[in-house]
Order: sequence, then C-alpha cells, then structure tokens
Amino acid sequence: MSINAIFDVAGSAMSAQSIRLNTVASNLANAQTASSSIGQTFRARHPVFAPLYQDQLGAGGTAQGDAQAGVPVLGIVESDAPLQPRYEPHHPLADAQGYVYYPNVNVVEEMADMISASRSFQINVQVVEAAKTLAQRVLALGQ
Amino acid sequence: MAINFNAALGVHEQALLVRERRAGVLAANLANADTPHFQARDLDFQALIRQAAGEQDGPRLRATQARHIGAGAPAIAGDLLYRTPMQPTLDGNTVDADIEMAQFARNSLDFQASLTFLQGKFRGLRSALKGE
Repeated sequence: MSINAIFDVAGSAMSAQSIRLNTVASNLANAQTASSSIGQTFRARHPVFAPLYQDQLGAGGTAQGDAQAGVPVLGIVESDAPLQPRYEPHHPLADAQGYVYYPNVNVVEEMADMISASRSFQINVQVVEAAKTLAQRVLALGQ
Repeated sequence: MAINFNAALGVHEQALLVRERRAGVLAANLANADTPHFQARDLDFQALIRQAAGEQDGPRLRATQARHIGAGAPAIAGDLLYRTPMQPTLDGNTVDADIEMAQFARNSLDFQASLTFLQGKFRGLRSALKGE
C-alpha cells in the first residue's frame, strides 16, 4: 500500500531536515569559537542532500520507485569560505603575530537556513498527518 | 441479471488507487523540496482514469511496420510526468512547496470523496443482498 510509503518518504525527509537543523545549531554555537591556528579553527558545516539522478534517468520512473524517493543525506561538508583572522594580541590564544582565527560561519545565512529547514520539517509533519487521516479512513471502509 | 461484483464498484475503485498513488508522488515532491536537482513529478489523473475506464483518447495511429515509432502508444498516461516549474531554484530543484501542498490537500479530499462513494456502493450492495 503506497500510503505506508508516504510515512517512509516523509520520515526520511524529516530526518534529513533535522540533520540540517543540527548542523545549523552547531554552526551558530561555534560562530565565535576562536583558535590560534588555521587548521584548528571550526568551519561551517552543511549537509548534502542526494539528488535523485537514478530515478530521473533510469528505470523509466515507476510509481514505486518514485514513491520511495526519500531524502538520503550524502554527507556533511565543511565550508571553504575563508576564515576570519583578527588582530587581537591580548587574546590568550593569539599566535606569534598577534592573530586569532574565527570560524567562517555566516550567521545571517545560518538563520535563513534554520527557518527554511524548520518550514520544510513542518510541511512533512502535515503530510504525515494527512496520510494518517487517509489510512484511518481506508481502515474504516465498509463498516 | 446477476450481481457482478467487478462492475459494482464502478470507476471509484480505480480512482481510489490512482489517488493513493498520486498522494505518494506528491509526498515525495514535498519531501525533496530542498534536494538539489530534484524535479517535481505528478500524475495525469484524467488520463489514468480514462485509461482505467477503457476509453481511448482520440484516434490512434496504426503501426503497419515494425520500425514505426510511437504508434499505438497514444498517451504516456501511466507514466509519471514532470511538472512545469514556475520558478526553478538555482540548484535545479523544481518543487514549489505551495503548489505541491495545495495539490496534496486537494488530492486528499478527492481520496476521501472516492472513499465515500465506495462506502455508498457497499451500503447499496449490502441492502440488495439482505433484501429487506
């Protein structure tokens, strides 16, 4: 029954969005974490959702294949944006030249990402609610 | 005339199945609203129902040679189609959450309507069988 597949699809989407929220939370929490070298500095992290090439190109797009098109998370990548060196010679972590390195977290971008992730999560919750109603109606059929 | 259980439910049985399938497709669209390169898909409900009812839409070309292309397959009705994007995003995603949500809500309503019709059919059958 494909109503059951809806729960799987929406569930995987919710888990993907919660991973996204998780990375946003850790990025924001570490936005001001200074360090004394470039290598040790925290970098902004973002999840990569899988594009469904397989479904679009192969197998002619059957209903079953598409209905089970969840949202796999390929992995979490670190941002390549440049870090922020700041001249703070009195900082306890300052290096020999007096620089401290701050993460490349763009707080505005993270906030926008957070809103987008929570909205997407809500949409999937609504889908699950609707699917639940439909399944209950089907079970009550003929009574 | 014998009671034919296959014909008793009419097109509603097929409609219910198509709507169930469509709910799955729309749910997948909504789930992938943030997936790069995902293309929103949908089913052509009318074509599927017409197909289920055994109707042909329009005249068909007859394939008189094995190398004729596409004749005899008038509609890609059973297949999933791609939605025409209103505003595709930069990452190649064509899911518009508002449109999909509206379609999903409407599909759920239609699904419940089909269920109500089926319920009525069953009630009718039952009273016919009881003969009271």
